[in-house]
Amino acid sequence: MILGLIALGGAGVVGGKAVQDGLAKVIAPVELHDPTGLVSQIPVGDAFRYYTVTGNVPTKTAQTYQLTVDGMVGHTATYTLADLQAMPQTTLVHDFQCVTGWVVPQVHWSGVQLSALLDRAVPASGATAVRFRSFDGTYTESLTLEQARRADVIVATQMLGGPITHDHGGPVRMYVAPMYGYKSTKWLSGIELTADVQSGYWEHRGYPVDAFIDPSQGGGG
Amino acid sequence: MTRTILRFGKVARAVHWTVAVLMIICILTAAVLYNGSFAVMIGHRHLVELIHVYAGFALPLPILLGAISAAYRLDLRRLNRFTPADWRWLRSRTRRDGTIKVGKFNAGQKLNAALSAGAIAALLGTGIIMYFPSLTRLSWRTGATFAHDWFALAVGLLVIGHILFAIRDPEARRGMRTGRVSASWARAEHAAWADEALRSQRQVEKNTNAAPR
Repeated sequence: MILGLIALGGAGVVGGKAVQDGLAKVIAPVELHDPTGLVSQIPVGDAFRYYTVTGNVPTKTAQTYQLTVDGMVGHTATYTLADLQAMPQTTLVHDFQCVTGWVVPQVHWSGVQLSALLDRAVPASGATAVRFRSFDGTYTESLTLEQARRADVIVATQMLGGPITHDHGGPVRMYVAPMYGYKSTKWLSGIELTADVQSGYWEHRGYPVDAFIDPSQGGGG
Repeated sequence: MTRTILRFGKVARAVHWTVAVLMIICILTAAVLYNGSFAVMIGHRHLVELIHVYAGFALPLPILLGAISAAYRLDLRRLNRFTPADWRWLRSRTRRDGTIKVGKFNAGQKLNAALSAGAIAALLGTGIIMYFPSLTRLSWRTGATFAHDWFALAVGLLVIGHILFAIRDPEARRGMRTGRVSASWARAEHAAWADEALRSQRQVEKNTNAAPR
């Protein structure tokens, strides 16, 4: 019996993704009509898990939110939520994939391409990397300038078809579509151009700096 | 004074209570890691994760260390042996009336032990895959997270069931707290074991009394 359960665990590792995808199709419509919210506690695995690395993250509203772009740039700038919303918007429909395995399929995201903000800031010639700060006061992340200029890297102001809630990192967070979730800094407060890539919060704790989900995209970026 | 029998030695009790503490730490931290409202309320994900992972890694150790003790190994052997009488006991509606003489552990306890041990092993394996993402490919990590969630739910139910049975039976709790149970409780709940234990206890007493002073 013990060995049977271990085997079941092994089968879960190898086949769990397929089972999960099937189960998610069955349960998703039920969950929509469940007033108690209990169904969402069933471990189907396709739901967001809320990661917060500090105790309490201050709440920012459209009135109080500010994003600064600084560091090795020609033009330091500060954006309000309205400023970001007034810029050309990019919409992505893409999975949110955590490095530990959980994934939320086909999430709707929209916001401003990071490259647009970088163009306005005019990076200095020595700048090769972009560092993200969070108003949780602790979290940081980095991308190379080349990665940061990709079309599927956005400063998101909407997700799941509405404003980004506080728990999801709102009002403004990063969404780096081709990489694991830890690259998508929540509660984004600052974008800083730097001379080289500096390891971020989880990278100091063991996760790779190169976070491409598809390994064939890594290395070169 | 009512007659008592030794049910659990020091090692068995030490293993039980260490595993109990580690299991409760795992369950509480798991709730914070898994449930969105708790996660947002408590935060400090890295710290909570470290506590969960180290409590999880440590959890099998007392069980393995306990095996140094011969008495504990004997208990494990008894837990791990399913007899035809056990299957009859599980199927019987009147299993508690004493018609089927139960040994040191009843079939429900054996089932709980086997399911818990298997699930702990599966949780450990899937947990390692989740904690060291560089070990495996992404689809395995997704599968491991999925399996870990379901096994955790199952273990949670087993633990709740275990505690509910314990709440209903103060004498069983006394056995795990002090090591000794009353002979009358043993005869009612574990008749075959009570016979065996009382017989050997009398033997010991006879030898002690017969010994020259």
